[in-house]
Amino acid sequence: MATTFTLNGKSQTVDVSPDMPLLWVLRDTLNMTGTKFGCGMALCGACTVHINGEATRSCITAISSVAGKKVTTIEGLSADGSHPVQQAWMEEDVPQCGYCQSGQIMSAVALLSKKPKPTDADIDDAMSGNICRCGTYQRIRKAIHRAASMPAKA
Amino acid sequence: MATASVVNRRDFLKTGAAGGVALVIGFHLSPSAFADQAAEQEKKIPNPFDAWVRITPDNHVTLILGKSEMGQGIMTALPMILAEELSLDWKNVKIEQAPTNPKIYDHGTGGSGSVSGSWLPLRQAGAAAREMFVTAAAARWNVVRDTCKAQDGGILHGARKNFLTYGELVSDAAKLPIPDFKTVPLKNSSEFTIVGHDTRRFESREKATGAAIFGLDSRVPGMQYAVIARCPVFGGKVKSFDAAKAKAVPGVREVFAIDPVAQGAFTAGGVAVLADNSWAAMQGRKALQITWDEGPAASESSASLHQQFLDNAAKPGKVVRNDGDAGAAITGAAKTIEAIYELPFACHATMEPMNCTVHIRPDGAEAWVPTQAPQWAQGVIAGVSKLPPEKVIVHTTLMGGGFGRRYQADFVMEAAQVAKVSGKPVMVFWTREDDMQHGFYRPASYHHFSGALDAKGNLAAWKHFQTSTSIDAMWSAKGAETPENSEFATAAFIPYQTPNYRLEYTLAKSSVPRAWWRSVEHSSSGFVVESFVDELAAAAGADPLEFRLRIIGDDRKIPDFTNPKEGKPLDTARLKGVLRLAAEKAGWGKPLPKGTSRGIAGYFSFESYTAAVVEVSVKNGAVNVQRIVYAVDCGRPINPEGVRAQVESAAIYALSASLHDAITIKAGRVEQSNFHDYQMPRINEAPKTEVHVVMSQEEPTGIGEPGLPVVAPAMCNAIFAATGKRIRRLPIRTEDLA
Repeated sequence: MATTFTLNGKSQTVDVSPDMPLLWVLRDTLNMTGTKFGCGMALCGACTVHINGEATRSCITAISSVAGKKVTTIEGLSADGSHPVQQAWMEEDVPQCGYCQSGQIMSAVALLSKKPKPTDADIDDAMSGNICRCGTYQRIRKAIHRAASMPAKA
Repeated sequence: MATASVVNRRDFLKTGAAGGVALVIGFHLSPSAFADQAAEQEKKIPNPFDAWVRITPDNHVTLILGKSEMGQGIMTALPMILAEELSLDWKNVKIEQAPTNPKIYDHGTGGSGSVSGSWLPLRQAGAAAREMFVTAAAARWNVVRDTCKAQDGGILHGARKNFLTYGELVSDAAKLPIPDFKTVPLKNSSEFTIVGHDTRRFESREKATGAAIFGLDSRVPGMQYAVIARCPVFGGKVKSFDAAKAKAVPGVREVFAIDPVAQGAFTAGGVAVLADNSWAAMQGRKALQITWDEGPAASESSASLHQQFLDNAAKPGKVVRNDGDAGAAITGAAKTIEAIYELPFACHATMEPMNCTVHIRPDGAEAWVPTQAPQWAQGVIAGVSKLPPEKVIVHTTLMGGGFGRRYQADFVMEAAQVAKVSGKPVMVFWTREDDMQHGFYRPASYHHFSGALDAKGNLAAWKHFQTSTSIDAMWSAKGAETPENSEFATAAFIPYQTPNYRLEYTLAKSSVPRAWWRSVEHSSSGFVVESFVDELAAAAGADPLEFRLRIIGDDRKIPDFTNPKEGKPLDTARLKGVLRLAAEKAGWGKPLPKGTSRGIAGYFSFESYTAAVVEVSVKNGAVNVQRIVYAVDCGRPINPEGVRAQVESAAIYALSASLHDAITIKAGRVEQSNFHDYQMPRINEAPKTEVHVVMSQEEPTGIGEPGLPVVAPAMCNAIFAATGKRIRRLPIRTEDLA
């Protein structure tokens, strides 16, 4: 069954089983592998994307439910890694293995769009759905504060 | 000259084959640049060009990484060493993963050994190349060598104000003989501008933009995706299966059984479902109807293992070490204490589940593997495909965590088996449930300690009985097992002075697979040794830091009891150094806010020294770890920022196993299945972590793992300081705090 949605600003139609999760449509049908598989149960956040601006776990989001909506993935955040959150991630040297970081960044971007100057408690609330097995949490916290202090993108 | 070069290169390759790092510098020129010197040799071995450094005439500099990057930062640290000796401009360096070729590279990445093992060989390789460039420049300018200096990726003649890039010199340099690595001049460390300086991770950008390619991101035209249904009971087998419903799932292409492989790979076998995409493969697997022969392990449980521990502990074990007479000393001592500690199985839970993509064709094979041991993966695929290893191209991908799990080849074996039947490129991938339930776990262990203090509060005796599900008992060939060898580490040569020291061991039998989990036996040994010494300090009425420093005593070097030939000795001065530094930075002895307490631990592992002071508060049966202050001495830090990152990481990894995680067994199967019942610390639980790195001039040693063993004991010692309760089993249970 064909489903049409907006992916990173462009219209996208896929013809897949309607119950196929968005995660696998992105990864296997569209070969956009920046969004990661970690648990398949919305427990780890590695698959986080934005759907109509909301941080959403794509591993449990059926493609049929995305019809007509706007999906943003890590690939759509910036063409060149220049998004302030990505810049902050590099400057704080956040990633270690890096596997969870697409999801961490998507959660952080969603947080900052709602709360441009988040407190530590805001960060805990917004980011505790994202597991980092390398334990980069302290740097994630610093990077979010750093991104929040950057001048808005021109 | 030409002859000398051949001899050199043979020597380099010999070194590589012996398990060291091959010391070959290559220059990317026409393939014939060395041909006149090495024609005969190259009939026997692959062309070793491009082993470490590739510099093209248009001055592109590429450093080759022979180890695997799993988050530990080796993709940055090792090239830094080469770049330092070559006097490269770090900003203009590119880094490339080496092709899998165990004749040239010592690929295996584990045991926190990559930096310590590569430090000297890579320095020598870089220095040899630099000297060749200096010679080439001097000849070009017709000046004496001493007036030429390597700098910023080229050679400078200061007086003449001439500068030639390596690219401009490479055609000449490549024709020169390679200097003898044994005598090639190495830089004085006072000249270092890269090594010892904070350097950002090379691949940060890819990892912040989603562009980094992990194993699971491998995409090959025409590939299929496969999952395997494995018997939930360890050692169980497929009795029969019906694939009809699985094959009816849209996208499922093939279903077939694969055999288990025992010694070495330790795969479960099972039923493979191949599909056009991952989702269809998983749906197909759900639809399979399989009857299992569960086998003898179906009666094993954590309760039965605990009972086995108790039964073993009721009898004397095999004597592993015996100094003096601990039994007699304890009987006659002024003060004696006893404690029993227990640790469960632990799962690596790498964020990227296991996976391997293989294409086996009649004439060769190609594989994309997130592996700590690409040479092993190559051998496994060669074995299954019946191809010679050199016909098996293995691409080592980035890894979403390793922690020892990816030193295994089980997932490679499965993928090779499936690809062999399929003939198509196929990715075998694991779900999180597969990962938790079919892992290689940190051994479960049980420790009975007895200790004695004399009237002065000195350590009169130390007795440690251990029973555990040994790693060695699983991996050694039948009949050759020495199960105790893999289980003690520093617990067999503690830094605390006592005339009466006894270690006993009894193997606990289990069907649960075991292997190397981050810091391996140190994760248990560190906990029990540093907990028990704290119990002794309390019994002596002494400050835990002062007590440790006192019974460590004089500066001396204690041989590695478990590896006396190769292991570096424990240097008590360096251990005391990190204990004092962590204490000082944490404000040891200074007042804390009400309800907060401190604990300390210091430990030697992977030839490095680590101490941590942990601050906790305990409220309503919950432990809140507020702050961890580390001091680490891993010799000369190559990238201090990378060292700090690794230690911060180990802290969280340690907390996961101390606060939350246990793998428990019931009816021969793992009870946990995903992150809801095997819980990771999340950002709200992450303490403030400070890492103070000793800027040592000693040889560099490991840092990926040494941050781990001190956390659990320092935390539990802090809990004791807060509550008077000793935590003797992990993970911490609410009832143990009450």
